[in-house]
Amino acid sequence: MKLKQLEGLLGELQQFSNPKELEQYPTGPHIASRMLFTAENSFEDVSNKVVADFGCGCGTLGAAAALLGAEHVMGIDIDSQSLELASLNAEDLELDINFIQSDIKNLGWRGQIVDTVVMNPPFGTRKKGADMDFLCVALKVASQAVYSLHKTSTRDHIKRVALRDLNASSAEVLCELRFDVPQLYKFHKKKEVDIAVDLWRFVPKGNQGKGTEHHLKSGTS
Amino acid sequence: MRLLTHNMLSSNIKGVANGFPLRIEVEKVVEKKVDLNADFLRNIFPKIEWKAFAEAARTLGYAELPEDADSSFLDSDDFLDKFHHALLELHLEEGALICPETGRRFPVNKGIPNMLLHEDEV
Repeated sequence: MKLKQLEGLLGELQQFSNPKELEQYPTGPHIASRMLFTAENSFEDVSNKVVADFGCGCGTLGAAAALLGAEHVMGIDIDSQSLELASLNAEDLELDINFIQSDIKNLGWRGQIVDTVVMNPPFGTRKKGADMDFLCVALKVASQAVYSLHKTSTRDHIKRVALRDLNASSAEVLCELRFDVPQLYKFHKKKEVDIAVDLWRFVPKGNQGKGTEHHLKSGTS
Repeated sequence: MRLLTHNMLSSNIKGVANGFPLRIEVEKVVEKKVDLNADFLRNIFPKIEWKAFAEAARTLGYAELPEDADSSFLDSDDFLDKFHHALLELHLEEGALICPETGRRFPVNKGIPNMLLHEDEV
């Protein structure tokens, strides 16, 4: 599947209209398609794999994984309304995605079955440290790779913590993207804000998989 | 919810020593066909906890899986068909997952298990 085609399909999905306290910013089709396209074409981390979308929201990343040939996709989120929307979105695209309602921190996993975790975690603006909580769990659950979006302003901190504390054998920024955050919340002062985010690829320790020879040129989205 | 997902989930309630496997309470099972991917099956086989998987399949009404299996079984197309069917084509739509130690019910609605813990369970 071509990138444009993937982006087009994801563009048909319904996004949040009424986000709550959880810092739910939908991952738009532009970023989601590039994220998964890179994961598949540069690293083969998607097709025929077991992929988990942490904090799946309306399910865009999981849908992208399924469209690119993941064999089994799971979407985990704490919020019922998001999961309802995500289910409808999966149905619309005729995708089979297993959704689970849970707090990421409290879900019990057995074994090393998940290959790849993809996520657009909360930035940790409202609830401090939420982004690191997600990363911590992701690196425990994934056996091959974790793809995640984090604010560029936190780059050094993330790299340090991932390598030192969270069991990552490598932590690479694949590219920098611009994330449009519309004025969804009352605490947002401006109408629309552009946030620079890094697309990261982390490899958990104990995995002998692919290195990170492939890098994208940084650019704006 | 596929049985592949069930084979990965455990109860994480505070104080529980071994929350796997979750018992299954069935109200509605749905079958959704998907293409068989032999490479995927061969790769995933060693990661599956077989006894729990076969038992779960039986609970969903599918008794064709052997009690035990080893990788030599993967040479048989017949086995692959059954493995594929139970792992990926059977879906628990309505029912519950039950913590094996505390008996706590995690309801499953429209195929989605609700694994949210109460404050005192964390």
